[in-house]
Amino acid sequence: MEKPSASLWRKIKARYNLIGNECKNCGTRYFPPRIVCRKCGRKSKMSDFKFNGDGEIVSFTKISVPPDTFKDEAPYFVGVVKLAEGPQVEGHIIDNGGKIAIGTKVRAAFRKMYVDGDEGLIYYHYKFEPV
Amino acid sequence: MAGIVGYGAHLPIYRIKVEEIAKVWNDDASAIKNGLNISEKTVPGRDEDAATIAVEAARRAVKHAGIPATQIGAVYVGSESHPYAVKPTATIVMEAIGTGNNVMCADLEFACKAGTAGIQMAIGLVDSNMIKYGMSIGSDTSQGRPGDALEYTASAGGAAFIVGKEKNEIIANILKTISYTSDTPDFWRREGASFPTHSGRFTGEPGYFRHVINASKLLFEETGMKPSDFKYAVFHQPNGKFPTNAAKQLGFSENQIKPGLLTPIIGNTYSGSSMLGLAATLDVAKAGDMILVTSFGSGAGSDSFAIEVTENTDGKRKRIVPVSALIEKDRKYIDYSTYLKNRGSIMKT
Ligand SMILES: [Zn+2]
Repeated sequence: MEKPSASLWRKIKARYNLIGNECKNCGTRYFPPRIVCRKCGRKSKMSDFKFNGDGEIVSFTKISVPPDTFKDEAPYFVGVVKLAEGPQVEGHIIDNGGKIAIGTKVRAAFRKMYVDGDEGLIYYHYKFEPV
Repeated sequence: MAGIVGYGAHLPIYRIKVEEIAKVWNDDASAIKNGLNISEKTVPGRDEDAATIAVEAARRAVKHAGIPATQIGAVYVGSESHPYAVKPTATIVMEAIGTGNNVMCADLEFACKAGTAGIQMAIGLVDSNMIKYGMSIGSDTSQGRPGDALEYTASAGGAAFIVGKEKNEIIANILKTISYTSDTPDFWRREGASFPTHSGRFTGEPGYFRHVINASKLLFEETGMKPSDFKYAVFHQPNGKFPTNAAKQLGFSENQIKPGLLTPIIGNTYSGSSMLGLAATLDVAKAGDMILVTSFGSGAGSDSFAIEVTENTDGKRKRIVPVSALIEKDRKYIDYSTYLKNRGSIMKT
């Protein structure tokens, strides 16, 4: 059983809600959030930004030989989604019977990502779902 | 009294048919379909539980209400399948919908009626001006013991309701709510037990019917209303037969219960059952329609509500994901072994 760390607690908001940030100086948005804007450097003004989760698949792959953590989930899909509100985000893609392809529109759903044995924590996370 | 300002629902996409389960146990599928009035049920995905279903429903409710989640002052989650024995589902929901930390939260358990009990609590807090909006969710991923009759009905799903008192936001006024409660050992599950136990096929009379009928009659008495005053009625639906019989006993027609009778095609969603029925009914109701809702939780008790749809309902309707769309959308039929895998009963070693 893993002991959750304080850094994990801080990540919960981002994992549940796709909270990244936006540079108020140039308007560039980031997920995961960045401490400094890649374009503005010392002039960057970072502020939290909650993405609505709508986007489209720009690349994906089917995982048939999974890491131990996801041994019961295979086969499953992971991919990169270009959010309508800016950045490209990695994530699991739910196989809901819809077409998983480049250009498929997705929404951010709320799902269990990983369960730590019988006594550990349940890790919840966004997953992208074809709409 | 406070009213409903928004609601949302969620159903998993997986389905299993009565025939598929009956095949495994060598049961007579058509006898079961007729006896229980059910043809298929929802099954949660491997990555779904009562918390994820609650969150999906809650997010849709916030969108429908069109209010900032930060103004929600209370979140209650009713379920008998909370993912943790200790660690509230409501904390996961409040974080996932973004209420902020200034919020009252608790998990509730009253078999299948904990969600409607939460609506009553939220009404009290809103009416006493302790909070602006309160949310209550009924969400379950229930399991029946393999081979037990409950296996044909126990399904997964949920609905979330937000109550508030701003007149221009209320889509349905809650005119009255009462409860009828007694100590009745019709159905239970001890701490640590994986499956519930029930007193057999005769639990209907002292359990379901006694409470549903008495609560509904109590509501009629206290409001001076009668079945013909209601356009629609929704009853808890452990199967397709019980609510139909209860409606008949009380003097409701089949048309009155039709929009909210979902168990025949989605199964018994436990805490979600009467709330999903109400959501599906509100999806089609028009201004001025009166709706009776009577939930039931084993143990046992019923909460009864008299609800009046307002003119605000049409303006907000385009933001709804209707229950009918969730029922139809991307249905994926699975076989019994996939069903066992989805439930976590079989795993790779
Ligand atoms: Zn910048």
